[in-house]
Amino acid sequence: MNMKRDRFLGAVLLLPALAFIALLVGAPFLMALVLAVTTSSAGSLDVTFVGLQNFRDVFGSPVFRTALRNTLVFTLASQAAVILLGNVLAVALKKAFRGRSFVRFLILMPWAAPIALSTLGWLWIFDSTFSAINWILKVSGYFGPGEWYYWLGDTALGMIAVVTVHVWRMLPFTTVIILAGLTSIPEEVHEAADIDGAGFFSKLFHVTIPMMLPILFVAVLFGTVFTFTDMSVVYLLTRGGPYNSTHVLASLAFQEGVLGGDVGRGAAIALFLLPLLVVMAVLMLRRSRRAEVL
Amino acid sequence: MARVVLKNLNKKFAETHAVKDVSLTIEDREFVVLVGPSGCGKTTTLRMIAGLEEATSGEIHIGDRRVNDLPPRDRDIAMVFQSYALYPHMTVYDNMAFGLKMRKFPRREIEGRVRDAAEILGIQDLLGRKPRQLSGGQRQRVAVGRAIVRHPRVFLFDEPLSNLDAKLRVQMRVELKRLHDRLQATAVYVTHDQVEAMTLGDRVVVMHDGRVQQVGEPLEVYGAPRNRFVAGFIGSPSMNFLETTVAESAGALYAEAPGIRLRVPAERSKRLSAYTGRPVTLGIRPEDLCSAAGDDSPGFSFEAVVEVVEPLGSEILLDVRAGNASLVARVSPATRVKPHEKIRLAFAPERIHFFDPETEEAIPLSI
Repeated sequence: MNMKRDRFLGAVLLLPALAFIALLVGAPFLMALVLAVTTSSAGSLDVTFVGLQNFRDVFGSPVFRTALRNTLVFTLASQAAVILLGNVLAVALKKAFRGRSFVRFLILMPWAAPIALSTLGWLWIFDSTFSAINWILKVSGYFGPGEWYYWLGDTALGMIAVVTVHVWRMLPFTTVIILAGLTSIPEEVHEAADIDGAGFFSKLFHVTIPMMLPILFVAVLFGTVFTFTDMSVVYLLTRGGPYNSTHVLASLAFQEGVLGGDVGRGAAIALFLLPLLVVMAVLMLRRSRRAEVL
Repeated sequence: MARVVLKNLNKKFAETHAVKDVSLTIEDREFVVLVGPSGCGKTTTLRMIAGLEEATSGEIHIGDRRVNDLPPRDRDIAMVFQSYALYPHMTVYDNMAFGLKMRKFPRREIEGRVRDAAEILGIQDLLGRKPRQLSGGQRQRVAVGRAIVRHPRVFLFDEPLSNLDAKLRVQMRVELKRLHDRLQATAVYVTHDQVEAMTLGDRVVVMHDGRVQQVGEPLEVYGAPRNRFVAGFIGSPSMNFLETTVAESAGALYAEAPGIRLRVPAERSKRLSAYTGRPVTLGIRPEDLCSAAGDDSPGFSFEAVVEVVEPLGSEILLDVRAGNASLVARVSPATRVKPHEKIRLAFAPERIHFFDPETEEAIPLSI
């Protein structure tokens, strides 16, 4: 009797979460799967089945291929930078010093601040006239006469700007994960290595990094999936410009599918990396389970 | 192998003075146990010998070298940690070989030493496993193995048995003692368990509140504790203490407490007469009390009421009340008593201890 009631209560309590996922994630995802293989556009949900035609079309477009390449560059470059800087920061933040909690708080700020808001700050930093970076370069004598960077108006610089902002934004998250990993290594293991005669680098490569690997892997996977599917930095900073040169798949899908009204094509772009993401998600789940055991 | 000398060693942390003026000489090949309640400074002392903690003042010598400024790896010591501190991502073999690899030993030498150590410890079959696949006792052996492959001059043990269950702890205790006999190494061992201290140590160093209270062979510390702390800490159940007043009557001295009047043995009278009319703490170990038949030794026995009877098989522990004092007596299993019954307890006069209640120092037998 009691067991039965508990089971019922359990189901009731689970329901809101399940409904939330089904309505806000499941339904749109299924819709996208359907739309990607039809000729639908905004205004006419025409469900004529066209097979993989949308996928063939988008793959033929140079803008798509640029976006695909950008997505890979964006993800790899930002993840590499984030993991490297995150490690440095975490090691620094683990040491006890005056005002450590304040610095930890400051480091978390980019993560806590709404991205739309903080990007406004970055827009100013990259502004074509008032760019703070440019002025520093000029004052420090790096720029010769007439030299100037148009951060958001240049294809290469635009990509650098997008990656920079994303690294700035992802860094707190990764740092906190790595910090948690570092803190979970018992001090006695480090001391045992000291006594065993390991110097700084032997300790780093033989003890610290191997013991951190599971958690680093989780950080990289989460960061990668998050970056792959993110469009906010690109959309807020460059809108994919100049000349669609800084689009990533997510922002391009939004531009073509929602702004441009070609829902089928947008869905096809958005789903293009699905197989890769599924593999990563599976790896992620498996790994995080194992990381817990450790 | 080497002798370890500590000279006026001090360690101050921000708030606390953890180790106060510790001076100690540990002879070559000696097994010395630092024992005391938690927070007494024993682990900090050990960590200073290891070089994991910097001494605030004082000197540490290992062999003929002053090692204060040497990092742990140059002190030629090996340490077994309470948590074992094995490298979780390495196999047992690699855990044991790590210190030798770091010291650039040739591969063949490493292999030989690891196999030898594994054989001594009976873990040959575990060399390919990871620490998480081992039981607590096996991990303990690996941790000891990691220390012995290095052939260090000094072994340091930081409560190595406290994470094991009671049965395994007794077994490992015997093994450690056997291992020490075999390796003939200088060893410093930290524990809060006085039984471990007594059974393992060639000498025992009792610490309390950052200071060394007494250094001596186990039975010496047990039989002649230098102060009330040592008397109460070493021995289980611990020594009974009675707050008494010294009184003189008909040429003999008596230690009196409400409901109890005990004669001070003649050989103690000389030293104790200075306390006439003043309070002294009388200490008597539970096993030095026994049930007295009739009143054959009136001055050395007293009446008590049994409160709790704890039969342990080989002996019976009696919690009794005499006057307003609670005492524990360890009596023969043949004793037949029930709670609330009266019993007459006698003590061996030569086995009682007196402590000055102010200084808590033992009042010695002779001047």
